[in-house]
Amino acid sequence: MILNPGILALLFGSTIAFVMLLYAAGLGVKILSRWDPQSSSEEQLLLERKTYLVSTIVNFAFGFEILSGLLFIYTVEDIHRLFIGAMCATGALNANQIGWLALLIKIILFFAAALWVHFNRLDQRAEDTPLVRPKYLGLLLLTPLVGLDLFLQYSYFTGLQPEIITSCCGSLFSLGNDSVASELAGLPAKPTMLAFFLIAGSCLIIQTLCLASKKAIFRYLLFVNALALFFISMASIVSFISLYIYQMPTHHCPFDMLQQNYAFVGYPIYIGLFTGTLFGLIPGLSQPLKKIASLKREIDKYERRWLLLSFFGIVIFLLIVAWPILFGPFILLGY
Amino acid sequence: MISGKLKILEHALLSMGRRKQKNFAIIAVYTLTVATLASILFLTQSLRTEARNVLLDAPDLVVQRLAAGRHDLIPNHYAEKIGQLPGVGNVTPRIWGYYYDSLKKVNFTLMGIGPKERDLQLFSGELPKTAKQCALGNGIAKAYGVELGDSLVLVDSQNRTLLYEITGLFDHQSNLLTNDLILLTEPELRRFFNLPADRATDLAVQVYNQREIATLAKKIKYELPDTRPVGKTEILHTYDTVFNWRSGIMLTVFVSALIAFCILAWDKATGISAEEKREIGILKAIGWDTTDVLMLKFWEGLAVSLSSFLLGSSIAYLHIYFYGASVLTPVIQGWSVLFPEFQLTPAIDLYQIFVLAILTIVPYIACTVIPSWKSAITDPDSVMRS
Repeated sequence: MILNPGILALLFGSTIAFVMLLYAAGLGVKILSRWDPQSSSEEQLLLERKTYLVSTIVNFAFGFEILSGLLFIYTVEDIHRLFIGAMCATGALNANQIGWLALLIKIILFFAAALWVHFNRLDQRAEDTPLVRPKYLGLLLLTPLVGLDLFLQYSYFTGLQPEIITSCCGSLFSLGNDSVASELAGLPAKPTMLAFFLIAGSCLIIQTLCLASKKAIFRYLLFVNALALFFISMASIVSFISLYIYQMPTHHCPFDMLQQNYAFVGYPIYIGLFTGTLFGLIPGLSQPLKKIASLKREIDKYERRWLLLSFFGIVIFLLIVAWPILFGPFILLGY
Repeated sequence: MISGKLKILEHALLSMGRRKQKNFAIIAVYTLTVATLASILFLTQSLRTEARNVLLDAPDLVVQRLAAGRHDLIPNHYAEKIGQLPGVGNVTPRIWGYYYDSLKKVNFTLMGIGPKERDLQLFSGELPKTAKQCALGNGIAKAYGVELGDSLVLVDSQNRTLLYEITGLFDHQSNLLTNDLILLTEPELRRFFNLPADRATDLAVQVYNQREIATLAKKIKYELPDTRPVGKTEILHTYDTVFNWRSGIMLTVFVSALIAFCILAWDKATGISAEEKREIGILKAIGWDTTDVLMLKFWEGLAVSLSSFLLGSSIAYLHIYFYGASVLTPVIQGWSVLFPEFQLTPAIDLYQIFVLAILTIVPYIACTVIPSWKSAITDPDSVMRS
């Protein structure tokens, strides 16, 4: 275990968030079992008031989860110095494989939490709050996920063994265990590049179609496409985007671009990708909810905004990614 | 929509202004908590950066000899053996040792320099050339009140009192490295400590390819089994771990203070006055929603948090970088007796600020959520009737 301030902050904050979510989930169970929108009893009124508390707590906890994802990357980047052979966050994550799992859960949590907050807001805007039951079921599913996240983080950080000088021999004890691998292997660049630009292009086309027409099929298509784009983009970042950013044919790290050395270019890239994907998923997910009259009004009111957010998110992502490929001095596929 | 939110923020600030005393108490304690945690973070970060910069010029590999598990003098011919390994550059035997000065009750580091010593930076005067000359670090010169051209009295291992002429002084900028350092010529230092001529304290080994350091260390250990090679990266790792550990321990200790603060915040947020209750009742009566009141409470919390956060980190900044971290140095710094009085270079990055924010703002917001909700669901009619 490394006692690093960042690790302490992560574990401390995650514990607070998890405890609060547990409390909210407890309230959620109560609301689920006794919820009766037709009733005007005192109990129903109290439950309705409690939904405000649950929303506030969950908003807070999920807000923290999103921040903690960033802090996690930062911390892993910061502690890489403690491991022989680790050159960036990748090396630190390789030092204890659970780290990758923790990162994966954090990404899933990001989308799940953001969708929950989104549908909660939508629901609260409608007068009859029709989504109470699915929402609280969702909350009951999300709470264990946050618990799992906390557990994985804890086991990742406690499982790390930093290399330090031992009293009898300085160098040799670090040779005893293999130094960690610092690189990720990427997919072959050319086919990945082709797939990436095809999917990204079709995504933009479908978004334009969605903006022009109200047909449900386009929204479902966009949902599938955004999901595919997310995975292909992640693979592409490791496979060729990072190579162009670092201008080095061997450097596949998806985290280094968040550093000052690369002018923090990773932030707009990831923010663009995550926003684009998230708001690309929302219209498709909202489509079945249009059956409910009060929600249809709200969805129709905001759908355009979601589509535009998604569109611009992906455009920003694509522009930054394509720039060094088109105009940079680095040539990967020249000959 | 945004202007509506700003209106709520304005209302929050105005209503906080009406309850100056209560908010002042919270902000004062909050600021103190932030300042304590921030001081720890800033100081360790600066020390880590300082250590890293200092070690940039350290030898790639230091080879020591071990006898019965203890550090021992290393024979000079080991240097030739190591120098023959492929990939090794210069191997320099180093002569140095510690000297306890009973008058000032401090430890000095004495180091011998050879004739081919390169030019030094941050140094005024000349390096010692004869047996009767020496060069000093700033801390020793200050401790004795001596200057260039004065003499320094040292007692050697044979208990003879010797007089050295001070021919060179290090500038105070290099204090972290040279504060307690005395340079003598190498033959004089051997005589001073009564060291055999064919042995050195340790060997500084230059390695051309940084990736081969570990392999060379392995080879040296194989060829010369009684040695201990220590790599530069390992020293770096160890420093990083030590500073992480120290600040981690201190933060853990101060988390109890943080929890005490949270209880205070919870208490203050729960005990809202009758007047405040009436205010919320009136707001709801004139059409505010529960969500709006929650938003109001959120803005209040954010205003308190951000002002305390800014104030606290500014105080920590002043404490660390202008007042030399006077409260914390004894705990974090450690080791030597003659402390260098150095001015730390600010090495704060976004990461430190981020960690600090999560450590302080998250618990505060967390423990005001439920009290805020309780006050937000106040029934307008019940309040106004009472």
